[in-house]
Amino acid sequence: MAAVDDLQFEEFGDATTSLAANPDATTISIEDPGETPKHQPGPPRGSGREEDDELLGNDDSDKTELLAGQKKSSPFWTFEYYQTFFDVDTYQVFDRIKGSLLPIPGKNFVRLYIRSNPDLYGPFWICATLVFAIAISGNLSNFLIHLGEKTYHYVPEFRKGQTAVITTKTDAKGASIQHTYRVPTACWERYQPGSGAVKTRKIRSPDPVRQMDVLGMSIAATIIYAYAWLVPLALWGFLVWRNSKVMNIVSYSFLEIVCVYGYSLFIYIPTAILWIIPQKAVRWILVTIALGISGSVLAMTFWPAVREDNRRIALATVVTIVLLHMLLSVGCLAYFFDAPEMDHLPATTAAPNQTVAAAKSH
Amino acid sequence: MRSRVREFDSSTLNESVQNTIMRDLKAVGKKFMHVLYPRKSNTLLRDWDLWGPLILCVTLALMLQRGSVDSEKDGGPQFAEVFVIVWFGAVTITLNSKLLGGNISFFQSLCVLGYCILPLTVAMLVCRLVLLAELGPINFMVRLFVVIVMFAWSIVASTAFLADSQPPNRKALAVYPVFLFYFVISWMILTFTPQ
Repeated sequence: MAAVDDLQFEEFGDATTSLAANPDATTISIEDPGETPKHQPGPPRGSGREEDDELLGNDDSDKTELLAGQKKSSPFWTFEYYQTFFDVDTYQVFDRIKGSLLPIPGKNFVRLYIRSNPDLYGPFWICATLVFAIAISGNLSNFLIHLGEKTYHYVPEFRKGQTAVITTKTDAKGASIQHTYRVPTACWERYQPGSGAVKTRKIRSPDPVRQMDVLGMSIAATIIYAYAWLVPLALWGFLVWRNSKVMNIVSYSFLEIVCVYGYSLFIYIPTAILWIIPQKAVRWILVTIALGISGSVLAMTFWPAVREDNRRIALATVVTIVLLHMLLSVGCLAYFFDAPEMDHLPATTAAPNQTVAAAKSH
Repeated sequence: MRSRVREFDSSTLNESVQNTIMRDLKAVGKKFMHVLYPRKSNTLLRDWDLWGPLILCVTLALMLQRGSVDSEKDGGPQFAEVFVIVWFGAVTITLNSKLLGGNISFFQSLCVLGYCILPLTVAMLVCRLVLLAELGPINFMVRLFVVIVMFAWSIVASTAFLADSQPPNRKALAVYPVFLFYFVISWMILTFTPQ
């Protein structure tokens, strides 16, 4: 009896000591809820319990593992199935956001915050907020840039699908500043006779030049949501494929990858708001910082997953992840935010695309 | 059984149309009062209806749409876009609060969110009146102030009704999308420029 008790006690001790000695060892994630739970208890639970550990302790861990396994066992056509993806509390969401803002080398975002409880609340609402933040800040920033302009000339269809808008502003010294930007041609302008000629439009300042651009916002929403779902899908497929060839210790489920991507986009929300400042240098610094933080969160999350693999493939994967991220951020920001003031030119001489437009119209 | 059902029906079936309409209008009006003076009461939740939200949404969309398709315009929402944004937004928020474990029914939540657009519709009316005057920074400040006040009113009104239906550790998670929704509508109202 004593021997059996000793054995039980030792087993418990072994698990704790081995975990304590090697805290970085990752456990194989049990995805299949039908799999029977292992006999060893997982992380030390009732640390104070003594003799009854054999029955109670193991039972508890068995029960909790069963419960964890049962978590997602409702069929996918019931509402409860989807409720399991929103099983987070306020403080958990805040913790995850904080984790995405402060990437600490060595701490894996997934393991630390998400493990076994990926949620869809964060990714969905962070993407929604990002779309609106970009659209609204773009509107505000354009308003500030074009403040004080009384009229503007525009050349619809000066190039296929593009309309050039030429605004003239008088600065404090009395010189005229011309600023050209290109917008997509509205569909009703495209086939009108006389498109290509310069038209004039008065704007009533100080109202914003453009109202809320619903079409642009829809496009941005599509792109951001597609990025937040399709790239994780591709990455997950890639990891599964590599896992079949090389035995990796770390593997992530699809929802965990979606979660990481969603939370890593959070940094772009304050970036978009700060992009209202119409200074090129400030904008480039902001986007570099944002890319650095979120890129490093992603890189540190996925490096352990590909590290066992061929060196080149691992590096290529991480580089691709960061590149796609950069493409998304720079693309969205460049589309919505007009370039800030260019160096002022006298009204008669113009930049090359303006001379083309002027030549076309005469 | 059938005659009993018919008996029950004839009580409202035989009344004059005016009675029917007045009864519904009174219910809608009572709910408007509840939104304007938000107190913790269950009227909005118990007898939910979607007439009020429909009236408000149509009014708002009519006022927000840019005029006829003018060749010099770009941006600005159309009627259908505003309508879709409001209803799609309300449905998304309702789904979100149900997924988080709230015990409010689907249509009750739609009803509350729709009725709480009333302050913003009032803001839209005020903005349109203010825009008839001379444009300038003062004009913009007045509109900004009105929209901010009405936005806060909407949030307070809807939170008074919706917050109780959520478990206490998830209240903020359920209220944030409501904030975002009314913020977007307020932004549309604020940037409205008549042409």
